[in-house]
Amino acid sequence: MAAASGVILVLLSLLALAAPLAEAQLGVSGDAADLFNRLAPPGGAHLLGTDEVGRDVFVRLLYGGQVSLAVGLSTAVLTGLIGAVIGLIAGYFGGAIDTVLMRITDAIISLPLLPLLIVLAAIDLTKLGLSAEAAASSEAGMIRIVAIIALVGWTTVARLVRAETLSLRRRDFVRAARAQGSTPLRIIAVHILPNVSGPLVVATTLSVGNVILFESVLSFLGLGIQPPTPTWGAMLTNAQEVIWDTPALALWPGLMIFVTVIAFNFLGDGLQDALDPQARE
Amino acid sequence: MSAPLLEIRNVSKRFVRRLDLAGKIASRLGAGVSEETVHAVDNVSFSIAKGEVVGLVGESGCGKSTLGRVVAGIHKPTEGQVFFEGQDVAALTGARKREATLAIQMIFQDPFASLNPRMRVEDIIGEAPVYHGLTTRAGAASYVDEIMTKVGLDPSLKKRYPHQFSGGQRQRIGIARALAVKPKFLVCDEAIAALDVSIQAQVINLFMDLREEFDLTYLFISHDLSVVEHIADRVVIMYLGRVVESAGTENVFERPVHPYTSALLAEAPRLDQRKRAFVPIKGEIPSPLEPPHGCHFHPRCPHAVPECSADPPALETVRTDHVAACHLRGRFV
Repeated sequence: MAAASGVILVLLSLLALAAPLAEAQLGVSGDAADLFNRLAPPGGAHLLGTDEVGRDVFVRLLYGGQVSLAVGLSTAVLTGLIGAVIGLIAGYFGGAIDTVLMRITDAIISLPLLPLLIVLAAIDLTKLGLSAEAAASSEAGMIRIVAIIALVGWTTVARLVRAETLSLRRRDFVRAARAQGSTPLRIIAVHILPNVSGPLVVATTLSVGNVILFESVLSFLGLGIQPPTPTWGAMLTNAQEVIWDTPALALWPGLMIFVTVIAFNFLGDGLQDALDPQARE
Repeated sequence: MSAPLLEIRNVSKRFVRRLDLAGKIASRLGAGVSEETVHAVDNVSFSIAKGEVVGLVGESGCGKSTLGRVVAGIHKPTEGQVFFEGQDVAALTGARKREATLAIQMIFQDPFASLNPRMRVEDIIGEAPVYHGLTTRAGAASYVDEIMTKVGLDPSLKKRYPHQFSGGQRQRIGIARALAVKPKFLVCDEAIAALDVSIQAQVINLFMDLREEFDLTYLFISHDLSVVEHIADRVVIMYLGRVVESAGTENVFERPVHPYTSALLAEAPRLDQRKRAFVPIKGEIPSPLEPPHGCHFHPRCPHAVPECSADPPALETVRTDHVAACHLRGRFV
């Protein structure tokens, strides 16, 4: 299953990267509105038909994949990284360090998410020293989304890693390492991190799906990646206005999100087994 | 007797459960919560000479494992000092500190928890010596092979993971890991308690072979009196954090002074006594949160006199190389 999921994800990524190629080959456009050709059924050059302003759905799906996969993957990795570092430090050193870090975690968990995101998304990037052009680019929008979700998303991973670290810290092999003069940093890197890698990888891959969905929520609120840059989430939200006439418009991005999320989950399971020597028999 | 290799002086280890903010407020308001202190080890002193095997005996919860960890440097003592080769271990720094740390190694009870499940055997054994420069990265392979052979493991198994071994083999891996840093002193914390009887004998024999080969000194923590009698030169009996009796093995087993020691010996099963009435020590070991006043053993002692509940008895010399902490000093026997 894991291997099949890996293949599916690689195929999806390759397809997404081939979006400009497909656009040129098929002679259609994912950007330009064509109001004489709205909501066309599949057929001819439009493999999956057109959307409510006449843009090619297939090409938009591919471009949307670029954004959704890139945002999902980079956010999940960043979340996992921040969460792992904070969880390991809090769990291993305990005491005041643990208290401070965990109260910060609690504070972030207890913050009302949407108002916070709206405030963060409203930050004017030009005031931070970016040129107006750079601030309006879709790259800046993507980086902003990644940063916002990672900033509030690491808490789950941190708590998970901390709990595992707390129990590992009291295991005899960690005590033995201390008796053999290993420094705390070395114990964390050599003895604790490999043993939390299973749950860490699973939590990270599971969050890829959440991030893709979260990005669609933000896009719906107009705080995500700005149109006309397509994302799967944004396509899903646009489709709801015409859902009774052309359900296929919602079906395709929904299917892509579904397949991606499932594939990442299976991949996470497989990675956990691959990392655990006991499961490798 | 030569100068002691290891000496512990007035070592105490207390574990305190501090109150959090809510607890502090509750205790101010009169709720019956207070800080809880466990006196795991209470003012213990003894010394171990080079080459000696000292058995540390006591019931579960008497603090013998905690004392072992203090000696091995895993816990810091709350009070008192640990001297290794005449130097206070806590005061050492730099290379001397590292030397002392590596010289004292520990063998653990549970051979399943004491090995990192994500590391190959060669890394478990070779990690510390490479890190500390006892061998080079290039020489590590042959170094590990040599140590594995010494503890009776086939070096061809070194690419395997711990779960692919049996309990006895895993304990040998733990011993190999300790030996890899060239220790002088081994703390064996119930090191054979989790093994089958036939494997126990093998591992004990291994310990004794290694003692000769590497000139090792042991602190052998166990609740198994027959094993201690077999291998120890000297026995220290602990009860609820304190040493109650300490003497040469023969003295302890033939002429015990403390009632607790006698009771322990009476309970040990022996081959020459097949049928006998079993008289357990009455009651259970008291909570170390609230140890009894005076002698910790007096609530369970069949010979207790009023003095016993008033003052804690000090360790006094009964005969050469034999000390006991009992007000009766063997007069009940």
